[in-house]
Amino acid sequence: MSAVSGVRKAVRPGRLFGIVTTAAVIGALAACGSGSGSAASGGDVKLEFAQWWAAELPDGAFDKIVADFEAQNPGITVELVTAPYASTKQQLVSGAASRTLPDVVGLDGAWVNDFSQQGAIANLSDLMKDAGYDESQLASQIQVDGSTYMIPVVNFVYPLFVNTDLLKEAGVNEVPSTRTEFVEAAKKISALGDNKKGWALPLDTSAPNGAQNDVMSWLWASGGSMLADGKPNVNTPEVKSVIDMIKGLTDADAVAPGYLTMKEQDKVEKFTTGQIGMMVDSLAHINLIKENAPDLNFEVAAIPATDGYTGKRGIPYASWGIGVADSSEHQAEAFKFVEYLMSKDVNAQLSTLANGFPGNTASKPDFSDSDPKFEEAFTIYQDGTPANEFTGLPKSEDLMRTLNEQLQAVLTGKTSVDDALKNTQDNWASVF
Amino acid sequence: MEPAHPTAGPSVSPSLSPSVSPAPQSAPDPAFPAGPAPTSSISTLTLTRTASPQENPPPRPARMPWATRVARRLVPFGYLTPTIVLLFVLMVVPIVMVISYSFKDNVIVERNPVLVGFANYTQILTDPNFRTALKNTAIFIVGSMGAHLVLGLVFAMMLNSPLLGPLTRSVFRVLYILPWLFTIAVVAVLWRLMLDPAGVVNYVLEAAHLIDGQVDWLASPATALWAVLFINIWSGYPFFMISILAGLQGIPTDLYEAAAVDGAGPWHTFWNVTIPQLRPILLSMAVLDLIWTSQQFALIWMTTGGGPLNSTEMLSTYVYKQAFSSYEFGLASAAAVIVLLLTMLLAFFYVRQQRER
Repeated sequence: MSAVSGVRKAVRPGRLFGIVTTAAVIGALAACGSGSGSAASGGDVKLEFAQWWAAELPDGAFDKIVADFEAQNPGITVELVTAPYASTKQQLVSGAASRTLPDVVGLDGAWVNDFSQQGAIANLSDLMKDAGYDESQLASQIQVDGSTYMIPVVNFVYPLFVNTDLLKEAGVNEVPSTRTEFVEAAKKISALGDNKKGWALPLDTSAPNGAQNDVMSWLWASGGSMLADGKPNVNTPEVKSVIDMIKGLTDADAVAPGYLTMKEQDKVEKFTTGQIGMMVDSLAHINLIKENAPDLNFEVAAIPATDGYTGKRGIPYASWGIGVADSSEHQAEAFKFVEYLMSKDVNAQLSTLANGFPGNTASKPDFSDSDPKFEEAFTIYQDGTPANEFTGLPKSEDLMRTLNEQLQAVLTGKTSVDDALKNTQDNWASVF
Repeated sequence: MEPAHPTAGPSVSPSLSPSVSPAPQSAPDPAFPAGPAPTSSISTLTLTRTASPQENPPPRPARMPWATRVARRLVPFGYLTPTIVLLFVLMVVPIVMVISYSFKDNVIVERNPVLVGFANYTQILTDPNFRTALKNTAIFIVGSMGAHLVLGLVFAMMLNSPLLGPLTRSVFRVLYILPWLFTIAVVAVLWRLMLDPAGVVNYVLEAAHLIDGQVDWLASPATALWAVLFINIWSGYPFFMISILAGLQGIPTDLYEAAAVDGAGPWHTFWNVTIPQLRPILLSMAVLDLIWTSQQFALIWMTTGGGPLNSTEMLSTYVYKQAFSSYEFGLASAAAVIVLLLTMLLAFFYVRQQRER
């Protein structure tokens, strides 16, 4: 009994505690609500910049570039919000939905159409006009309905990587430059046995960019297009020839097994460990491969084209693009930062650090300290045209996934090439 | 608030209980007037049972002022407020939002989505991919749960065996529990490497002449679902094992002795003593496992991404793709609501089973 009465009484001093806690929680919530509005009160502007770039650059390199900007622009500070590529994408999708995007956002061309339709990213054409910016210095702009929404800051090309040791071992002396030569080389390498294969084809659907880098790249390399007047045009002899080639390679057992769920990193790892002879991959991976396999002898080359093709070769690329949030209260300052990143010297510096190619036509990356392969690739880049038709398309990741799934069906014998292309065309057309 | 005098009161309790002295100097609490309660009752206040047995409960005040009664009623809610606020912000608001999204078209993507009634639900329920996901999820959760239960029980009984010395037992306990200590990302990477066509698993199986040629465990539509099921079983059984082991150790030995006296063999003892004694644990673990496994996303996403050809597509990956790849947040919400309802069904059985105990 005494215990019960004790408890009842003991509540008394605690009642205050309960009420104080309540008040504290409510106070804290109120503080959260009002905190965001007071940022600009001192005349200082704080820009948030969400990107995945800093994580892929040498430690602290991007912070230094940002610090230089802050030194040149007193009153503007830039806070980097760095996360891996996939997490950045998810953050931006939810940020776009809730209109809480950071002021400046790192973009992939594949997201631009959706974000611009959502009204989440600002029309850069307008911002450029307001700032009196000279657009002609930009190598490319990603546009939706005639207005720019993303500016590629650094471009990464996807050439063909060739393991020259394996190629020699298989008795092939020249790096393939036509599809016939490529198929032959792939078969010869696979004939070496010991789990070695000629090529790798990542068709995983969780990150379906294999459709772009490893499949459609073959089409663009021969000057082909999967679009007509901005609409899907997949059911063509040109696309069919690519799928036929891939089907021929898998039938000949010349592709590394496990391709139906292979991811990009598996492909790079297999090349690094000498299990595959050739792959189409980002130039940015050169350093990673050299670090993990210093003795591996490899070259980069243009993606083989159809026999007898003499036109300019399209070379697939991915970019670190930049955009400004439509909901940002400091769009002018945000564009100032974009201008800074695109300026001749900074852009050259950033491209050099990232092992990519500059988005400013006047910038020249500094190859003096880098692998000679980068200079080779720069020649390939300048000789060809950057090509990535998925950039700027609506729901482009979904389009890639559809292609991957249809290709999976073809390669497992569940459907014919013609049906797969027809299904892809129908599915894509329904999205546009 | 009265100042406490832990040593000044008549109570000789050596404990740290807040024994409050008669405290004649205490001022009445302005917020909560104590009413006519006699101060003498305060002198007996102690939270321990060491107080003298002759004390009486304080006489209940005949009638409290209205404000006091309301204040008293509100006190519990004061304590609960942080939880209620958190629950509201983190549970109620998102759930209500998702449910409202599921009735709208192009929500989030369009600024002004339109109400479409049950159109999203119709579209989801007639989507063959959704039905594939539903079927795969059912196989995945039932298979995982069944295997977890059997493996957990077998390993727990082995570890509980009196034939093992204490050292051997500890070593095996650590070994068996290892899979549970890895985060799912590590588990996924580990098994991707091992199940690679040129990986360890194929090598061992080929050396043992169990398979002929390389098997694409995770990349073949015929084997992918079973491969991810196997990985999930491997990573999840230790939790069952530990819980069942704890249950086994709680079974009184006299039950086994009585069974032995009655002449029951090991099989009868198992079915008539061990299983009935473990039943409550087994049931709750089974239902919880069904709920947890139905939400497994990371493992699938990191090993197969739902492929190849949707052969490992689960409800979780299906919803994710609808939302973050197709940007069909209305459809994704509708699918998520269906998943919520199915999970609630399982949760209902769990709660009912808990109440029965």
